[in-house]
Amino acid sequence: MAEKDVVFRVKRYRPGHDAAPHYQEYRIPYTDDMVVLDGLNYIKDQIDPTLTFRWSCRMGICGSCGASVNGKLRLTCGIFIKEVRGRAVTVDPMPNFPILKDLVVEFDDFLRKLQDVKPYIVRGEEKPLAEGEYLQTPEDVEAYRQQSMCINCMLCYSACPVFAASDHFVGPAASALAYRYIRDSRDEGADERLGILSTKTGIWECTFVGECSVVCPKDVDPAGAIQNLKVLASIRQMRELLVPKWARR
Amino acid sequence: MSSRQIPASVDSTTFDVIVVGGGAAGLRAAIAAVDADPKIRVGVVSKVYPMRSHTVSAEGGTAAVLRDYDNFDLHAFDTIKGSDYLADQDAVEFFAKQCPEEVIRLEHWGCPWSRDPDGKIAQRAFGGMSVKRTVFAADKVGFHILHTLFQTTMKYERIERLDEWFVTSLILEDGAVAGVVALDLRGGELARIGAKAVVLATGGCGRVYEFTTNGFIKTGDGMALAYRAGVPLKDMEFVQFHPTALPGTGILITEAARGEGGYLINKDGERFLKRYVPAKMELGPRDILSRSIMAEIREGRSFKGPYGDYVGLDLRHLGEETIDRKLPMVRELVETYVGIDPVHELIPVRPGQHYMMGGIHTNVRGETSLPGLYAVGEVACVSMNGANRLGSNSLSECLVFGAATGQAAAVYAKKKGWPSGSAGREALKAEEFRIFDGLLAREGGSETVAGLRVEMQLLMERTVGIYRDEAGLNEACARLAKLRDRFSNVAVGDRDRVFNTALTAVLELDFMLDVAAAIAHSALPRQESRGAHSRLDFPDRDDERFLRHTLVSRTKDAPRIEYAPVTITRWQPAARVY
Repeated sequence: MAEKDVVFRVKRYRPGHDAAPHYQEYRIPYTDDMVVLDGLNYIKDQIDPTLTFRWSCRMGICGSCGASVNGKLRLTCGIFIKEVRGRAVTVDPMPNFPILKDLVVEFDDFLRKLQDVKPYIVRGEEKPLAEGEYLQTPEDVEAYRQQSMCINCMLCYSACPVFAASDHFVGPAASALAYRYIRDSRDEGADERLGILSTKTGIWECTFVGECSVVCPKDVDPAGAIQNLKVLASIRQMRELLVPKWARR
Repeated sequence: MSSRQIPASVDSTTFDVIVVGGGAAGLRAAIAAVDADPKIRVGVVSKVYPMRSHTVSAEGGTAAVLRDYDNFDLHAFDTIKGSDYLADQDAVEFFAKQCPEEVIRLEHWGCPWSRDPDGKIAQRAFGGMSVKRTVFAADKVGFHILHTLFQTTMKYERIERLDEWFVTSLILEDGAVAGVVALDLRGGELARIGAKAVVLATGGCGRVYEFTTNGFIKTGDGMALAYRAGVPLKDMEFVQFHPTALPGTGILITEAARGEGGYLINKDGERFLKRYVPAKMELGPRDILSRSIMAEIREGRSFKGPYGDYVGLDLRHLGEETIDRKLPMVRELVETYVGIDPVHELIPVRPGQHYMMGGIHTNVRGETSLPGLYAVGEVACVSMNGANRLGSNSLSECLVFGAATGQAAAVYAKKKGWPSGSAGREALKAEEFRIFDGLLAREGGSETVAGLRVEMQLLMERTVGIYRDEAGLNEACARLAKLRDRFSNVAVGDRDRVFNTALTAVLELDFMLDVAAAIAHSALPRQESRGAHSRLDFPDRDDERFLRHTLVSRTKDAPRIEYAPVTITRWQPAARVY
């Protein structure tokens, strides 16, 4: 395969050492089958071992390697160097998160938010294992399948203008996963989760810009999930106002 | 549960149980431990956020007997025959009986298993399994298992995570394990984390090889940690090569592609497996299929590509609807990384390193020879996989033995007193000296980590790959020793303490060189061909001499090899014909 050259402009930042983030340029050879992550690894192995980024599976499922590539939020293992327009491949860390070093950002905050929305089956009564599985038709699975595909890559938080303005916002992925459990026929935690999500840092903050769904590499559609959550939350509120307690489910 | 409550100056009596590794085996063990004892606290220490663990890349399914047409004996027999009779049959019987409960438990925890129209969990065919036994969630089974387990751990306040902590050594006190020393990648400091019991669940070591389906993080850390603490590794010569990886990247194309009816074909358009496994064809076991592909390549009946010879995986006759419903990830991966659509074109595939049958020597409760030290999942060798693992048995193994091991560790921790902390303080000092004063501050250093790593990977690929012989294995042992010498001259290309992935790459290479040597030294004296260990100079299985497990222990010089008996319960070794 013919080798060509390309310039990688990579944002470098070491908090405590560097006064401010800055770009560093590397000229590297590439072939048409190389993804941006391959380019970063070429730099790390052959030119500059201090360049720091996360990666593992290199097949778009572990969610480690998100970055901004020429201004677009992508998994770096899923975008080919040849696809990148312009003279240089510019790689920035994912916005809206604290930078630990170079392209490595910290998102413990998301994991706390995820935990807050109870991302697990909530039931009043557990069926004993000996009685086997809860039955779910393929259509029942389809009801929550799309949102169960979230790989926690955090590109949606980087794309979200509401989260950029206020990091208290529960945000796209945690909302999508809350919705995933609410739509699961085995789950009985909808009321609890909708209560959690209806606070002032919850889903009502979302202004439906929809960028989260645009950048999602797994087609999870968090924006759609949040709109559906708003409908469910409204119905829940109406029921609380209109239906006497004894008549609620 | 929060991930950062433990300061660098962590008290050495913090956890009852530490689980190292946050994949399926580790998370299942962590939950089992807290479920077993309402008082204990469990720390999950992982060098990555747990949902990045390599379990996430598993695709095809997880085996369990769920239907009337199936039974435990049949699952056990398929597994034992698949293992070329090297599996311990008591372990396999235990495994087969526990699988259904674990699959149902995952279902109760929300795993989105694919369903039949009647709402029951669906099952698909898989290689070496005589009936449809493999439970699946389309072809993202590992991903769904991992996220279901990870999200379920969030129910438990007594499971605490230490995300992005890299364990560098085990702490030993009075002949028992007493915790770990770990590098906090973000803080850049080493710390001792005390525990009564430690469960190693770090997965395999695929990155020892050049062409592997494994992610970058699969560097044999746990194997090396145990090995260095004097615990033997078992059956390390048995390395699984999966028949269908994408040339170039090594990305896995799941066996479910064949389970759902895909064909393997050569350049003449022929389903060549009729020459090798006529009764099973594409559903033959992985060791035999990988060798069959190599034979086609040798005979000149393969395709030629920029990354060498390959054969074709043909899904075209399955149709777009089946591919999208049952194999969506295959289509996504092939479209992205090969640039073709498997609905209309052949997928190029060749065998690649995939899995370690061998690992830390344990029993069915995950116990090792070191009191308080447990191991589970791919890092361990119970052994239920023997000389060749059947597809879809490894996720089940993580669940079944994860549960058993977590429970056993909790029971042990309840009886065991807290470590004093003095051994931990000494171990920490020693690791600071080795890593900070030794590696990080080293001046000069003429070797690069990338250079040594590639040399090791190419050597292992060439000499300890699908086929082996005495000359090649001798060369591997000798050259690995030289690489070990040269490693002492490796430079760490980054002096910064915070998130130093140049440093962790060196620590990982250090582990991998130990593991690679254990593999090569185990393979050399096994003068027979069994399962995935295929010797050109000893083409036959030799039960007389080698129906036994290899145990390899670390010494100051070359690794020491011993043998242990194989447990046979009801299935006498017979010729393995498919």
